[in-house]
Amino acid sequence: MLHLRKDTRAGETLPVTKRLKRHSIPIGLAHQGGAAREDFLMAFDSVLPMSKRDLLALIGRSAGASAMYLAMSSLGQAQASPFTGVPKLDGDSKGASVLVLGAGLAGLVAALELRRAGYKVQVLEYNDRVGGRSWTLRGGDRYTELGGATQNCEFAPGNYINPGPWRIPHNHYAIMHYCQELGVALEPFMQLNYNAYVHSTKAFGGAPQRYRHIQADFLGHVSELMVKAVNKNALADAVTKEDGEILMAALKNLGALDKNYRYVAGPASSERRGWTKGPGGGLSAEPIPSDPLTLETVLQSGLWRNISASMSSTHHTAIFQPVGGMDMIPRAFEKQVGDLIRLNSKVTKITQDDRGVTADYVDTKTGEKLTAKADWCMCTIPLSILSQIEMNVSPEMTAAIGAVPYEASVKVGLEFKRRFWEQDEQIYGGITTTDLPISQISYPSTGYGAQGRSALLGAYGFGAFAYEFTSLSPAERVARTVEWGAQIHPQYKAEFLNGVSVGWHRVPWTQGCFGTWTEEARAEHYKNLCQIDGRIMLAGEHASYIPAWQEGGITSALDAIGRLHQRVMAG
Amino acid sequence: MKKTTVLLGAAASLAFASITASALAQSAAEPSGSGRADIVAAGDADGAFVTPGKFSEPSGAKMYKRVCAGCHMPDAKGAKGAGSYPALAGDQNLASGDYAIYVVVKGLHGMPAVGRMMTDQQVADVVNYIRTNFGNKYKDSVTAAQVKAVR
Repeated sequence: MLHLRKDTRAGETLPVTKRLKRHSIPIGLAHQGGAAREDFLMAFDSVLPMSKRDLLALIGRSAGASAMYLAMSSLGQAQASPFTGVPKLDGDSKGASVLVLGAGLAGLVAALELRRAGYKVQVLEYNDRVGGRSWTLRGGDRYTELGGATQNCEFAPGNYINPGPWRIPHNHYAIMHYCQELGVALEPFMQLNYNAYVHSTKAFGGAPQRYRHIQADFLGHVSELMVKAVNKNALADAVTKEDGEILMAALKNLGALDKNYRYVAGPASSERRGWTKGPGGGLSAEPIPSDPLTLETVLQSGLWRNISASMSSTHHTAIFQPVGGMDMIPRAFEKQVGDLIRLNSKVTKITQDDRGVTADYVDTKTGEKLTAKADWCMCTIPLSILSQIEMNVSPEMTAAIGAVPYEASVKVGLEFKRRFWEQDEQIYGGITTTDLPISQISYPSTGYGAQGRSALLGAYGFGAFAYEFTSLSPAERVARTVEWGAQIHPQYKAEFLNGVSVGWHRVPWTQGCFGTWTEEARAEHYKNLCQIDGRIMLAGEHASYIPAWQEGGITSALDAIGRLHQRVMAG
Repeated sequence: MKKTTVLLGAAASLAFASITASALAQSAAEPSGSGRADIVAAGDADGAFVTPGKFSEPSGAKMYKRVCAGCHMPDAKGAKGAGSYPALAGDQNLASGDYAIYVVVKGLHGMPAVGRMMTDQQVADVVNYIRTNFGNKYKDSVTAAQVKAVR
């Protein structure tokens, strides 16, 4: 008999017995023994009760991958991150040693799990901090980009931007697992705010529109059109008469149509798009409906482009951010494995032979030339940098390392005297999207209603604009961002205090934002990149199918150490 | 192209002033109201920031300044961090115009194929600019036809 559990780490409970019965998966042999490691599979040491993810990991180990897939599908997880748990690294690693290069999330995860499994681990990191792209800029921080421009972030205490990753989807199970295990507090990231703006310089005379207006009016008009098509029997080939009636009801519901199946001003549409005067209490309470935009207006504005971003599964609510900044995650890892990490260490050469791996490196503070040796090497250095470092791996892996270009991206943080977006425009968190070069404005998903200074993300984009932003000086990037943002929020000019900007091609330790794979490059090189080459293996977002996301870095590291351990066990 | 350039250049400084004025004229409480002047998406003085899917810089010099310099730096001397960006100033590899075209169009290691967001003529212009500046003195210009052949 299994029980439900309220599991704060794995999140979700489910009626275990019921699910298991459906697939007849034997779990009687539930406990698989194993070393007393502190990963979340320890849940099996107290087999009852269990969470959904514990269960999946258990099924995977007891009944094989096909049963797991079956079970996962029924639990609705098969399309999300494949993470079902840290790979079991059972058995005696016989004191084998691993040199980890890079202390971003991939390197930190590898260090944590390998040490737990009994490996001797040391980590070399180029920067004077851990985390890599999992990075936060706060007041007092100093950042020097390639070319020598130095910025001193002047934000007030508590204000920050995350120049790299800034949100954690609920379906990125591996990073969710580590946040929960390491006690990193998460808070909701306001991905979708119906009261934020969608903006085009070419529509409505450049005036920003509320997301709710464009979204409700698009759905409403399209639903009404579909109703007309059903009524004219235009869909008779595709929909039976009975289903047509169901479709009519569904469209009325989806589009907020009135009793005559029309999308017009009235209570139904105003409940979606908002009222001109909302319902209240007392004598003055009578609400006044708002007038929908016409279909033509919505279509010709092009703003329908801006209403689907949050529908992608990596942007679904619930989506999170660490309280206080993304670097709370690497800092939590640092508490576990900080003693293994040597900072300010620039790797210049990696050499392997039958017995082990040697990394030559330079202390960037003293200039001292040093070497580190281990039996194995887990290299998480971005390929943009690694392709420049001499390393004796196979021609296939060398080709793969050189086959991945790094994307341009820019982020600009702005600090203002007050939260005018909240106080004047009732926008609490969320993202305004625009065709201006700033691409988007993201309002802080924390501290709602606070008085005083606040910072927002004033620009975040890719493509040609990101290159063109990067070529500017940091101060000029900020100045342009203020100019453009003022087209959406005229308060910018009066309220602006200071800003900070990161053009990712000028970041000294990545030379770009993330590795961009084409289908052709992936077909030719991906396996060669991920395979263990002699004693060297690679990990990082570049060695994943989730480019740019931290989940890619973490799952690639877990995958690699699982294979490493098998090899070590095989002797 | 040239006509556009002049317009863009002239519009850029004006645009910022008029954008600010029209924005400030609006109600702060509800910017979705009417009354805003149309904003011209004109790009800046270098012809940058016109469209996100391609580069609009109208000359080799401006393309270098607003795209290539992001990595290779305004003086073309490159930069050093955990790795480095190679200097294009005095770069022997530039002796081959076709090599330079190839790198711009196809990319190299971490360098993206930025030429995919340029026309053949834009690639030729920026390659010619780099090969005749920053201490480089290669006389043989490359052509758009050469670029087309490499793509």
